[in-house]
Amino acid sequence: MADMKETILAVRGLKVNFSTPDGTVEAVKGIDLDVRSGETLAVVGESGSGKSQTMMGIMGLLANNGTVNGSARYRGQELVGLPPKALNQVRGSKITMIFQEPMTSLDPLYTIGRQIAEPIVHHRGGTFRQARKRVLELLELVGIPEPGRRIDSYPHELSGGQRQRVMIAMALANEPDLLIADEPTTALDVTIQAQILDLLKSLQKRFGMAIVLITHDLGIVKHFAERVAVMRRGEVVEQGKTADIFERPQADYTKMLLAAEPSGRKAPPADSAPIILEGRDVCVDYQIGGGLFRGGTSVFRAVDSVNLRLKEGQTIGVVGESGSGKSTLGRALLRLLPSSGHYRFGTTDISGFDRGQMRPLRRTLQLVFQDPYGSLSPRRTVGEIITEGLYVHEPELSRADRDRRAIEALKEVGLDPASRNRYPHEFSGGQRQRIAIARAMILKPKVVILDEPTSALDRSVQGQVIELLRDLQRKHGLSYIFISHDLSVVKAMSDYVIVMKNGKIVEEGHTDAIFEAPKQPYTKTLIGAAFNV
Amino acid sequence: MISFILRRLASAVPTLFIVVTISFFLMRFAPGGPFNLERPLPPQTMANLMKTYQLDQPLWRQYVHYLSNAVTGDFGPSYIYKDNNVAELIGKGLPYSMELGFYALLLAVIGGVTAGTIAALRQNSVLDFAIMSVSTIGVTVPNFVVGPVLTLVFAIVLAWLPAGGWGDGSLRFLILPMIALALPQLAVFARLTRGSMIEALHTDHIRTAKAYGLPSRTVVVTHAMRGAMLPVVSYLAPCAAALLTGSAVVETIFTIPGVGRYFVLGAINRDYTLVMGTVILVAIFVIVFNLLVDILYGLLDPRVRHD
Repeated sequence: MADMKETILAVRGLKVNFSTPDGTVEAVKGIDLDVRSGETLAVVGESGSGKSQTMMGIMGLLANNGTVNGSARYRGQELVGLPPKALNQVRGSKITMIFQEPMTSLDPLYTIGRQIAEPIVHHRGGTFRQARKRVLELLELVGIPEPGRRIDSYPHELSGGQRQRVMIAMALANEPDLLIADEPTTALDVTIQAQILDLLKSLQKRFGMAIVLITHDLGIVKHFAERVAVMRRGEVVEQGKTADIFERPQADYTKMLLAAEPSGRKAPPADSAPIILEGRDVCVDYQIGGGLFRGGTSVFRAVDSVNLRLKEGQTIGVVGESGSGKSTLGRALLRLLPSSGHYRFGTTDISGFDRGQMRPLRRTLQLVFQDPYGSLSPRRTVGEIITEGLYVHEPELSRADRDRRAIEALKEVGLDPASRNRYPHEFSGGQRQRIAIARAMILKPKVVILDEPTSALDRSVQGQVIELLRDLQRKHGLSYIFISHDLSVVKAMSDYVIVMKNGKIVEEGHTDAIFEAPKQPYTKTLIGAAFNV
Repeated sequence: MISFILRRLASAVPTLFIVVTISFFLMRFAPGGPFNLERPLPPQTMANLMKTYQLDQPLWRQYVHYLSNAVTGDFGPSYIYKDNNVAELIGKGLPYSMELGFYALLLAVIGGVTAGTIAALRQNSVLDFAIMSVSTIGVTVPNFVVGPVLTLVFAIVLAWLPAGGWGDGSLRFLILPMIALALPQLAVFARLTRGSMIEALHTDHIRTAKAYGLPSRTVVVTHAMRGAMLPVVSYLAPCAAALLTGSAVVETIFTIPGVGRYFVLGAINRDYTLVMGTVILVAIFVIVFNLLVDILYGLLDPRVRHD
């Protein structure tokens, strides 16, 4: 039945190359894809697989150093090599796109109403005033509350989910034949992700356009796409019906992707294990506004009366959506920002400690960040980065000793010790995160706060980093506070879970209890969205 | 908006006070004084002069005296230009400096933004390279070189334009000093525009605009340029303040009767009150233009709108 449908986009032998100072990089190596009328095709792959560049190439949106070859026919019309003017007839009217970052994909300087109207006015003629009615309809359609008021809002006045809805409204404006969604939910919270996917699905039912969903997350594809193409290193390794791919994957890579959901559980520490880090009534306030000549400052409470006790060898998972205060809590526990409450490290009360008093404790309290790109200085070698803490905490070490420690630390995180003379940009995301972990481990800490350490990584790499963190914990008896919005990772890593919302703890308990029998509706929503999409 | 402006004007008062205080004392701590001439004055004459101008008083009393007069708009007598007080000197020269500076500002902004935009759109082309080379020259060659060269070529060799003076104030007299004054700023605007345009052209929302088939003119003008103008607008405030308050070098070369030369002459002659007057003038210009630019910024970028 599905095979009877007409092919609207036929891609044959498509190649995308980028010329770089180091020679030509083949991002897409001659792939074939078919998109049929009204269907959903998911193009799945990890970063660098060429899944986005395929679509960018077809749509004429490659960076200046990119070239596209081969063929992509839209209803018989060749798009590759089409002059921009002719391509502009298709883009934004027959084929439209939505992107990963709804914040940056909209122009911050214009109202959303104007931006949605722009393709209407351009492709159908008329004035912005005339298009306004259609824009209101579209905003209503994509579920923006109070469209009459929101139409004159600027992107920064909307939430991430609403911005993505605005992008969808823009994509639907000219009733397209094909909608390309490039990681449309990756930047959104799990509960919002589900809503956006549901919206896309229902709009597809209503208007019958075909959707190409580009994603790294095989999980969201299962209930969304009719067919799946799995890409790796610029090639399609497998494509077929979604059910077949999930039940009988042929390629090893697909099997690996399917298995890459992190597995395993962590056993809780013994009841007798001593408490190593404790925070009582932790509150963090941010001042909003203020200044010499303006009154009316308001206070925003980012963390509200949180209690947390971390035992030796324990991993506490802190989950919550963006803005829930989970990262702020992590920093408050490390006394890295002004906060009120009582804090205890081992048997020492550190509540009133200033920076100088905290300094000797810092080596035992380490932090690993989410973004392995931003958290490593690009101008220093890996060796310099990971040994920096030693200068502060063990200044008596000789150069040779420091170098020996750097080699140890790199070996421990599974990197070649020779890499200490290289720079961060020479490493992949997963390797960089290992460097960041080595930087923490070299000081032989007792407590490590892991702030979304796997969120910027591909699934297959995520699994390896989780394995590494587990090994290190076993070997050194570490205690972790594992902050993440990714529930499947938290489930695999922690023995105790805290669920946060708006700065407060909504629910807490042992991992099994939280995941098997959540009590609070919010926890249920989170778990539902994460595991049943 | 009005409360924003009032708040900003209110916060200008302490700023001005600090500027006046620092420059008052810095000036006094510099060696020499207004009457230390090459041939020393007889002690009696010196004492009389000091008494006349109250320079024999304790420093704090002079400071209080100056402040209380300045508040009423009296910036004291000039010690060197004895026929005029400071307010008159500035009042006479400022219109010339401002008119010249205004044209120079116009030239710098329009020329610089255009050149920078073209360079950005043709990034790494010969045209880009040419524009950037010229703008490097604009920044690096000082205007005491540019001025005489312009005079030599256009006033003496080609004899198209007058070599100097204000004349009847017609454009002919203004062209050469305007170019000399504008060139370094034009180069800065070109570089700023190029940089922020290149950045703007690589943003995600430009990709969106292209993906929706908008013609490249709309993409560049409506979406890229508006965002790219933000850093350019920020530079507008210090630039406008500098150009409109005159340039000692350009006004001297082209014998323009503006206020620019008072900065240098006042400082060299230890003409305390004249220096103070020019410092206050520049401070006011900087404050006013910063305010204007912040308002303009808010109009361009809804995220920083002041309400």
